[in-house]
Amino acid sequence: MSIDLTQDYFALFGLPRRYALDEGALEAAWHELQGRVHPDRHAHLSDFEKRRSMQWATRVNEGFRVLRKPLARAQYLLELAGVDAALETNTAMSAEFLMEQMEWREAVEEAREAAEVSELEDLHRRLLGHAREVRGHLAAQLDEHQDYEAAADTVRRLMFIDKLQQEIDEALLALEN
Amino acid sequence: MALLQITEPGMSTEPHKHRLAVGIDLGTTNSLVATVRNGIAICLPDEAGRTMLPSAVRYQADGSIDVGLVALRAQAVDPRNTIVSVKRFMGRGLKDVAHIEAMPYDFEDSPGMVRLRTVQGVKSPVEVSAEILRRLRVRAEGSLGGALVGAVITVPAYFDDAQRQATKDAARLAGLDVLRLLNEPTAAAVAYGLDNAAEGVYAVYDLGGGTFDLSILKLSRGVFEVLSTNGDAALGGDDFDHRLFCWILDRAKISPPSLEDARRLQMKAREAKELLTSCDEAPVHVRLASGEEVDLVVTREEFAEMTTHLVQKTLAPVRKALRDAGLAPDEIKGVVMVGGATRMPHIQRAVANYFGQEPLTNLDPDKVVALGAAMQANVLAGNRADQDDWLLLDVIPLSLGLETMGGLVEKVVPRNSTLPIARAQEFTTFKDGQTAMAFHVVQGERELVSDCRSLARFELRGIPPMVAGAARIRVAFQVDADGLLSVSAREMSSGVEASVLVKPSYGLSDDEIAEMLRSGVDHAGDDMAARALREQQVEADRVVEATEQALAHDGHLLSSTESAEIRSVIARVRELRAGTDNRAIKAGIDALARATDTFAARRMDNSIRSALAGHKVDELPI
Repeated sequence: MSIDLTQDYFALFGLPRRYALDEGALEAAWHELQGRVHPDRHAHLSDFEKRRSMQWATRVNEGFRVLRKPLARAQYLLELAGVDAALETNTAMSAEFLMEQMEWREAVEEAREAAEVSELEDLHRRLLGHAREVRGHLAAQLDEHQDYEAAADTVRRLMFIDKLQQEIDEALLALEN
Repeated sequence: MALLQITEPGMSTEPHKHRLAVGIDLGTTNSLVATVRNGIAICLPDEAGRTMLPSAVRYQADGSIDVGLVALRAQAVDPRNTIVSVKRFMGRGLKDVAHIEAMPYDFEDSPGMVRLRTVQGVKSPVEVSAEILRRLRVRAEGSLGGALVGAVITVPAYFDDAQRQATKDAARLAGLDVLRLLNEPTAAAVAYGLDNAAEGVYAVYDLGGGTFDLSILKLSRGVFEVLSTNGDAALGGDDFDHRLFCWILDRAKISPPSLEDARRLQMKAREAKELLTSCDEAPVHVRLASGEEVDLVVTREEFAEMTTHLVQKTLAPVRKALRDAGLAPDEIKGVVMVGGATRMPHIQRAVANYFGQEPLTNLDPDKVVALGAAMQANVLAGNRADQDDWLLLDVIPLSLGLETMGGLVEKVVPRNSTLPIARAQEFTTFKDGQTAMAFHVVQGERELVSDCRSLARFELRGIPPMVAGAARIRVAFQVDADGLLSVSAREMSSGVEASVLVKPSYGLSDDEIAEMLRSGVDHAGDDMAARALREQQVEADRVVEATEQALAHDGHLLSSTESAEIRSVIARVRELRAGTDNRAIKAGIDALARATDTFAARRMDNSIRSALAGHKVDELPI
């Protein structure tokens, strides 16, 4: 009778457990679930009720956040597959990749020091394109080949890119302030 | 009550069971109260037919308190005891308030929130705001003919935790049950979106008397999803008045003016600003206390010129909100203008230029927030009808974090996360045998703790002695649908726990509130006992009705024994409700809550399963 609170997010949202995702279906499921559990639906009820609703709504939002973001979704799939991506400790990347990262990083640093807003915005755009390409590999690794070791390596690459993206955002924010 | 009332479309409450709920726009300059009557949201007027209540409170030597226009009119003669724009002080310390030197008040810089010395003693901004809210509550109860079930109070989207908590405290002091703190731009979007059946991505540009918000919302099939929000909690129409006031001082070569003259000139500046909305020029004619006369004319161009930097200042949050939403200005379908200050022609011009389209001004920028709040209050109170099946998904405006080594901030909850949200972070001890750990919770986007708002400090004690780095301390943040934070810390291996409602470092303590409530009730001449009884009776009616609806709808989830048990508790609550013992009624309500706990859990599960299956509950076989 009871729903298992620990069921995975894909099951919670009624979606197949894979990397490729129908964003429209995810969003529709999110809205549908929040329509049931959101605290606004239980605002006139007891404190007990409100607390429960808040917990549920919190879990639904967390699930949506994880599934919506490609990197978080990939990490989550690895976790479900029982693959330890060793994201914190395993930073052994190919020399080629590290070189590439250095170049990006230098470009960001230069633009930041020169206060070049348009250059930073351009880097942001180019990096987005690059990330899209890497995510393409990830989809194949996870969904077609179930090659989780390779996928874990790609996830680590994406984390570098993500970090860089954040640094650009912060640099832009700092320049505006 | 442990009962989930998941109202299905088509299950509207009957008219005679309509619960009285209001939406309140607690503004810097003006406040309004609105309600939904016969399905239509309206602002409630006072006896003189005015809907706007100036947010002004005057404390008089004889102990009486004036609120509204009467108080506003007294500000030139009694500036020190007449508090206007108190919203700027909510949850704020002395150093946070702009132009404090130009204000006629006698400030006291108490820890966390500034206070004001008046002829009636020291007043917290929370108490001053409560006077405004109380006046609106009395107006609403008089007009609607009964006690309110609750209220939705609007706050600027960019209000931080301190300002939100202060607002909630003020409502509590005013005897209002807060159904929800609702962000002003979101309230406006509800009013606009429902009126115009809008779909797509909209921006709400909300320039109030003292605050500026910019929210980007996606409207689709009844869901109002806030994508991002940004703003400036210390920028508003008041700053335009202040700029014009300074210009007048400069032109008339007055320095520095007396308190009374300053008030007169400020009022004149505001009048001139409002006149410039419809006229090309405005006269500034004031007779000072000295008998000297100020006689100037300000043109629309001059005014636009001297306030250009303020208009520009609103565009920075616009850019940031768009970037956070990942959108370009031309992807915005419409820009909804909110707040009286958006009537200024040069603001409308700047917004039109930025977005490449004329902003939407087909609704009253003064009322739209209160109307949206009333619609939401009506739904939250349980008066949902067929057409009210909408959902608001709002976000937290500012990131939340913890102080780490070197005065840096570790972000735990990023800004623009959809509410409610919970996030946790693990920390460890850095000394052998360390048994306590101190936490400092902050809010803001900057890297340094000193640049963020300090929300609370607390300690986790009793950690068992271990080698450095062995303890695992998990700090959990939970932000509720009002945008309010609670934090708890737990050492994972021993289970030692500490938690705080983020409040102490700036807000009022619960004792202070209790004391204010007592004096406030005396002041209002309310009979406390009668009020408590009335509240419990209203609550009992609500609980019984909700339980019966649930039984009628989902009785199949219970065995006959279980449902008989619940029915007998209902009968008991009915009996108690007929009496006059409010504590006994409360106990009965609590008993019903316990009796329906399992039922509630089953209903929630059932509802979620049917949501997943794409079915409505009432389509499932019984």
